[in-house]
Amino acid sequence: MVCGGPGCGKTIFAIEFLVRGAELGEPGVFISFEESAHDLARNAASLGFDLERLVEQRLLAVDYVHLDPAEIEEAGGYSLDGLFVRLTHALDSVGAKRVAIDTLEVLFGTLQDDFVVRAETQRLFRFLKDRGITAVVTAEAGIDSLTRQGLEEYVSDCVVSLGQKVYDQSATRYLRIVKYRGSSHGTNEYPFLIDSGFSVVPATSFQLDYQVSEERVSSGISSLDGMLGGKGFYRASTIMVSGAAGSGKSIVAAHLANATCEQGDRCLLLAFEESSSQIVRNMRSVGLNLTKWLDQGLLQLRATRPSLYGLEMHLVTIHKAVSDFRPRTVILDPISSLLSGGSAYQVKNMLMRLFDWLKTQHVTALVTCLTPVSQEGTDIGISSLIDTWIEVRDLEVAGERNRALYLLKSRGMSHSNQVRELIISDNGVSLADVFFTGDGVLVGSAKSTELLRRSREEHERAADAARSERLLELRRETLEAQITAMRAEYATHAEEVQRRIRSTREAADAARLDQASVAQLRTDSGSRANSNGGRA
Amino acid sequence: MNGDSPFRTKTPRPFSRVSTEDDNVERWNLRLYVAGETPKCVQAFQHLKQICEQHLQGRYSIEVIDLLKNPTLAQGDQIIAIPTLVRKLPPPVKKIIGDLTNTERVVVGLNLVPIKPENRRAT
Repeated sequence: MVCGGPGCGKTIFAIEFLVRGAELGEPGVFISFEESAHDLARNAASLGFDLERLVEQRLLAVDYVHLDPAEIEEAGGYSLDGLFVRLTHALDSVGAKRVAIDTLEVLFGTLQDDFVVRAETQRLFRFLKDRGITAVVTAEAGIDSLTRQGLEEYVSDCVVSLGQKVYDQSATRYLRIVKYRGSSHGTNEYPFLIDSGFSVVPATSFQLDYQVSEERVSSGISSLDGMLGGKGFYRASTIMVSGAAGSGKSIVAAHLANATCEQGDRCLLLAFEESSSQIVRNMRSVGLNLTKWLDQGLLQLRATRPSLYGLEMHLVTIHKAVSDFRPRTVILDPISSLLSGGSAYQVKNMLMRLFDWLKTQHVTALVTCLTPVSQEGTDIGISSLIDTWIEVRDLEVAGERNRALYLLKSRGMSHSNQVRELIISDNGVSLADVFFTGDGVLVGSAKSTELLRRSREEHERAADAARSERLLELRRETLEAQITAMRAEYATHAEEVQRRIRSTREAADAARLDQASVAQLRTDSGSRANSNGGRA
Repeated sequence: MNGDSPFRTKTPRPFSRVSTEDDNVERWNLRLYVAGETPKCVQAFQHLKQICEQHLQGRYSIEVIDLLKNPTLAQGDQIIAIPTLVRKLPPPVKKIIGDLTNTERVVVGLNLVPIKPENRRAT
């Protein structure tokens, strides 16, 4: 039994049940109380199902049971054998294994004898069961009960409830298995989408059992790879680039896309804020040629407004896009804008499922997230889901804004703890070391100024040293000259002294000689002694 | 075989058609859908015969269709309940389901009694 309110997809569920059955070679019968065979075929065609062809192939029989209460008068007891006759006939005509009845409750509105209708309904279900037929019976949802007429009492095997929830003007369809005998079924509400039939995405991943990869992928920015242990991200990891407006998140993301395509792999870029052509143009301005990859079919750009549809719809479309395109990298830019489609909790829930699923598909996911300037972290609170988290931050120093990039975390690899300056030029981006002074980091022209100042200082110091050296030399030369002069003076002096000593000695010798000669003279002549005595 | 049919009881050509011919009056064309010879179906046929004889003597025909034999015919008149009496003529098409035990309902349902006030007084 499939129950739900109007417009929640009961009829489509029933149609798809039969169409898929026909694809498996199980013929089916559609008993319609609400739409004519023609209307059904037309509606089904909008989903890509060709009912008329199936009827021709004798894989499907459609019986439109039209009941007009105005035409019908009741007079006495009756049974619904006519319905059974028709059903039996339809079943036999195609050898049906499946039956869809949409919706039985019309009987309750048309026929007055509730008791008979209930008894006959019960007989109908038994009849189908006895024939080994799988039947999908649709029923309108009641106000307090699953179905308006309490039909679920008669259906014992499986009850599926369909519904629709509207959050902030976006509707989300969901499906819940209320009961399913003999099966351990999921009990949650599973969002689903109707595009070419039902697409159901499990609300939560039950297990964390995906295989991880040792393979590394380049981020497309070699210096960033350097920060990530020199090799880049792990394949199939989840990467987040967060930062304030204009900090260059999208550019970092586009580099990964470019790197993926350069490897010959496919990349899916889902943009929520910019159109495809705008992205292409903007990335060209930093030296990334995305057109090339678009032309080669390696890159797919999908730009949608986040408010276009609900979160679940986004999830399912991403699912579908990934399943169809089979990319190795998926980029979501930015996830923060998804908040317009749901609460932070819902967004987190959706992203968790998305990331988990992408991991099982071995797809590397990079998301960007707009965060307020002062905040490290996200509004959505998904940091725990992220494997590698890059923060790009604006630094306002000395009248200019510059970008600083650092790694908040990167699971399972050694990574740099350094803050680098993200330099965006016409030829792409690069990372440069930042300067630290006592006051903090220096980037941009402040860094250049600092560099200049330092080099000047260096220069001055060198000049100082040279000057000192020269002075020293001069002093040495001066002293040496003085020493030479003094030596010369000393030599002169010494010579003088020697000369004096010598002459003194000569004089003394001469005197001694004189005395000796005088003495000689005295001894030689007494008379002469008187005459020379005055001199001696 | 037709001799055993309960639909035969009071009519000469029972299983397929009961009719009396009179060209000058409005003709009533009735069709009774049955599924086999269940008590309800037999009862319905008997009741119908009675009512017709009483109100439409000489200007009606009854066609009995057994869906067990002709299941495809159920679709044409959109039959789900058994027995179902369908007034094919005069238009508009009217359907009465049940064994027709409630005679008053049948008479009203088939518009057998003219709704004009003087006629009402006459009945």
